[in-house]
Amino acid sequence: MSSADLEPLWLTLRLAAVTTPLLLAAGTPLAWWLSRTRNRLRFAIEAVVALPLVLPPTVLGFYLLVLLGPRGGLGAAWRALGLDSPVFSFSGLVIGSVLYSLPFVVQPLQGAFESVGRLPLEVAATLRAGPWDRFATVAVPLARRGFFTAGTIGFAHTLGEFGVVLMIGGNIPGRTRVLSIAIYNHVERLEYAQAHRLSLGMLLFSFLALWAVYALNVREPREGREASGPWGPRGPRGPVLPRRSRRSRLPNWPSAPPRTEPRMEPGSEAEPGSGPGSQPGPEPRPRP
Amino acid sequence: MTGVMKGRFRLARGAGFTLDVDFTAPASGVTGVFGPSGSGKTTLLRCMAGLERAPEALLEVAGEVWQDEARGRFLPTHRRAVGYVFQEAGLFAHLAVRRNLEYGLRRTAPAERRVRFEEAVEWLGLAPLLPRAPAALSGGERQRVAIARALLTSPRLLLMDEPLASLDAAAREDILPYLERLHASLRIPVLYVSHTAAEVLRLADHLLLLAAGRVRAAGPLLEVSTRLDLLPWGPEAELGAVVEARVVGHDDLYDLTYLDFAGGRLSLPRHAAAPGSRQRVRVLARDVSLALERPERTSVLNIFPARIVEIGEAGGNGESDRSASRQPLVKLDAGGATLLAQITRKSLATLELRPGLPVYAVIKGVALLMQG
Repeated sequence: MSSADLEPLWLTLRLAAVTTPLLLAAGTPLAWWLSRTRNRLRFAIEAVVALPLVLPPTVLGFYLLVLLGPRGGLGAAWRALGLDSPVFSFSGLVIGSVLYSLPFVVQPLQGAFESVGRLPLEVAATLRAGPWDRFATVAVPLARRGFFTAGTIGFAHTLGEFGVVLMIGGNIPGRTRVLSIAIYNHVERLEYAQAHRLSLGMLLFSFLALWAVYALNVREPREGREASGPWGPRGPRGPVLPRRSRRSRLPNWPSAPPRTEPRMEPGSEAEPGSGPGSQPGPEPRPRP
Repeated sequence: MTGVMKGRFRLARGAGFTLDVDFTAPASGVTGVFGPSGSGKTTLLRCMAGLERAPEALLEVAGEVWQDEARGRFLPTHRRAVGYVFQEAGLFAHLAVRRNLEYGLRRTAPAERRVRFEEAVEWLGLAPLLPRAPAALSGGERQRVAIARALLTSPRLLLMDEPLASLDAAAREDILPYLERLHASLRIPVLYVSHTAAEVLRLADHLLLLAAGRVRAAGPLLEVSTRLDLLPWGPEAELGAVVEARVVGHDDLYDLTYLDFAGGRLSLPRHAAAPGSRQRVRVLARDVSLALERPERTSVLNIFPARIVEIGEAGGNGESDRSASRQPLVKLDAGGATLLAQITRKSLATLELRPGLPVYAVIKGVALLMQG
């Protein structure tokens, strides 16, 4: 593998390694809240979280670009704090990745928390455990498979991201050129051998990650799961396992609905060599 | 800890259900909470544990106010010294039995601990189960672990919500002796919800009858369970009385066991009960007939003088239309013990039975409720 390919590989791994803990940190409280609340707002929040599953990544990337650019509200605040603009930088990639992979983390966690049910937590309360104690010593251990699934899928999904990363990060070697974009570049230049090497690697990794998730998620028989079980008034919802997800539950992760990857014309910003100097402005990406 | 437990709860639910109860329970002993499904038994227990918050509530346990909505006081569940045994054991699947037992114990301040780990393990026969995972236990074993786990928090109030309901008959029989032993050794109020009359009669000292979210009757078991106006309490509650008796001894010649109760000496087919032990004896109303003179030369051994207290009709409260339960029911006082006799209307007329009349209760069958 050439050093030109090692660079995107390293960057991609770094991106996923930073993004995954952030995803879990943001996804856990959100999933917990969604699994417990009867607030009507939950449906709106669930829909927002699930948006990346159905939206073209370019749409998400576009709005992020607008929002995070120097003239966007968040971008201005960011600069006021003395930070570099997140656009076309690693931090921008992280922000984009977190938002884009959020449903892949929130949904398995939410399913896992819901399948823990009300009973163990009420039991813990009668055994003198306060709310945080119950969460840490009962809910999290009982939902551990959900955490494993969420972490693995979140990591793998971040590795494979393309559209959002391209919109917000561009294609800057060493800074924002991740594997998926490197593969695209190779194909554009008809370097099929290199494209193959990277693609096959990603294919294998993704397969192994999913295989592990499915294999380790085979559920042990659990005590206290009778039909008249202790689930909340909403009844049992989608369990941790993707394959057992209820059909009615949309989106039925991780088989995300087909999404349109941006098809870039030759000569666009995907063209190799578009370095920092040729970096497009903060406005929506200019077309040549 | 002394002092009775006082509770008052008012809670409106959708679909027309309102829980509106006001009761006290003695400082020690088991109060059986009995009533048809939907009568609010579980809701009452959940309110007492703080798992649900009744907007109008006052709850005082062992001299401590756990909830007083008039003053905005509400102790959350984890700050109430309550033990709760749910219908399903609810063992923590990720912890071995030992860790399940220790979960509450560790969270109980050392100064508050009155039940030692070894004690609870011994009471419920858990020693061989300690290293096992909950998934490897039978239903009865799980409930025993759940009960011990609740006791290890040294509760000042123990709530048991149909702990045997999810078990089969064999597992029930397996666990009942443990509950009886607890009954003898616990010095705290226990509220025991059940819809099985036999369970309540076997375990409870007091009875709290609920119907449609309200208290129908409350008081000592032997008294409330023989009130004619309350009978029958439930579809499968056989009409009859419970008397408390003490085992006097066994008769090796005739294979009999003798028990003394307030009305005299009972003879039963030989039973393993230890001499001197206190037992509950169930006398079904249909096994008791009445005679105006002491029957001579009869095969029946258990004949006791009694006085008619009241004559009523079972099923008179409109809960049952079965003609069998429409027969007259006679309440008797046999030396202080209450017995019920079911007779025919014809007998009632020909014998000219009336309250105050001395009669002889001829008992054809008695059964021990407790074992061991």
